[in-house]
Amino acid sequence: MFENIGELILLFWRTLLSLPLAWRQRQKVFDQFYEIGNASLLMVCVLSFFIGAVIALQTGPVLVERGLASAVGGIVGIAMAKELAPVLMAILIAGRIGSAMAAEIGSMRVYQEVDALRTMNINPVHYLVLPRLLALAVALPMLVVFGILVGWLGGAVVADTNSHIAIPFQAFWANLRDVVEVKDVVNGVFKSFCFALIIGVVSCHQGLATIGGPRGIGRSVTKAVVNSIVLIVIFDYMLTRILLK
Amino acid sequence: MNGSTNNHSGVSLQVRGLRKSFDGQEVLKGLDFEVQPGEIFVIMGPSGSGKSVLLKQLIGLEPPDAGEILINGKSIQSPEITSQYRLAMVFQSGALLNSLTVGENVGLYLSEHRLKPPEEIARIVAEMLETVGLKGAEDKMPSELSGGMKKRVAIARALVIEPQLILYDEPTSELDPLSSVVIGEEILQLQRRIHVTSLVVSHDRDLAFGVADRIAVINEGRILTIGTPDEVKRFNDPLVQSFLHADFKREP
Repeated sequence: MFENIGELILLFWRTLLSLPLAWRQRQKVFDQFYEIGNASLLMVCVLSFFIGAVIALQTGPVLVERGLASAVGGIVGIAMAKELAPVLMAILIAGRIGSAMAAEIGSMRVYQEVDALRTMNINPVHYLVLPRLLALAVALPMLVVFGILVGWLGGAVVADTNSHIAIPFQAFWANLRDVVEVKDVVNGVFKSFCFALIIGVVSCHQGLATIGGPRGIGRSVTKAVVNSIVLIVIFDYMLTRILLK
Repeated sequence: MNGSTNNHSGVSLQVRGLRKSFDGQEVLKGLDFEVQPGEIFVIMGPSGSGKSVLLKQLIGLEPPDAGEILINGKSIQSPEITSQYRLAMVFQSGALLNSLTVGENVGLYLSEHRLKPPEEIARIVAEMLETVGLKGAEDKMPSELSGGMKKRVAIARALVIEPQLILYDEPTSELDPLSSVVIGEEILQLQRRIHVTSLVVSHDRDLAFGVADRIAVINEGRILTIGTPDEVKRFNDPLVQSFLHADFKREP
């Protein structure tokens, strides 16, 4: 993975340079955006609900036992907003969308469609990478906001219904509102924006670098997902350090 | 390829000392040839002789290790070449974009470069599809087409560019004899109509001797001979003769 860092930066830079063409590619951006949302919304919903629920389930009884019932909402709120929703949604999207992007572009590369674009003087970065990166950069933060809200709901439902926790719905929300600030959600959304760029650049790069036949496409898909997840985790730490200041 | 000139005449192509290696194995071993404007030049050779690699160098998809490729005297690697001359390539597989319809594929060059309004593009696409005998196929997806139809769509896509140089990579491979004849006729008609320079890479002897003004025979990255079809037929070299006359010999 690390030998490709230079190529990844170069691809990202070329995509940034092509941003003025974004309006011309708006239909493709919208198509990709729809594809990402359509493919991921239900999964994001289920994943977020149960992550929120399990945090409440793990922390609730312990905190209630020690007389800290009022902290449950805050813990679920902060954990979802600042860490779990951005990272887990990004990993989900890397697996669901990043793999599809690498496979689609990889197959276009193998079957000479990318070469055909180049012979028509159509830059593959403008035509293939820019719309995907833009769509991801908009869609993932939106999915994360949605995931945070559903995760909070999951935590609230478990806190209210589980007999070992038994924190009323309103009390959970009141505590969450006391602890979670807007900037916590903004931090999480900013992280997810960075993760979206990582997934888009890594997946498109792997697709464009595909060689060989179907086996090559399979290799590219695997590398796209694994490399994206590794970079997401590394950048998560670095971004958290920066945002803590 | 964004050229705005209305000049439909073909361009000349010069190849000098072209070499290309992959993983230490030399695939092209110093090729020299010249194609005149408006000429149909066929490069023949057995599979694995370096024909497709040569085409990728000629259209600028891969840089050569050594040597030069000149279009009307200008290097193919120079940045302005694509804005000065219109080049097109018909890939062996057609290389149609599978996510687009036939019409979108054919009109892709015009729509992406915003050269015409959508209604005009639709008219040109319909006209080009009719030219290649696929009238009304605009809304079909590439997956619905046969191999021959895909190649004809690829030719229509190349025609939209109004090319001055068109490269064909094995245009009749995987086609039945009738479809091969249709493709050969397309190549000839195109040359007559717009005087495009055509470079055809093929191991199809019927196509080569049917359409070529001149033929080069290539083997293991070297040109064995260049000449008119008659000159090539008469060329006294065992490799060339065995390639030209290879046939089944069934026991009686």
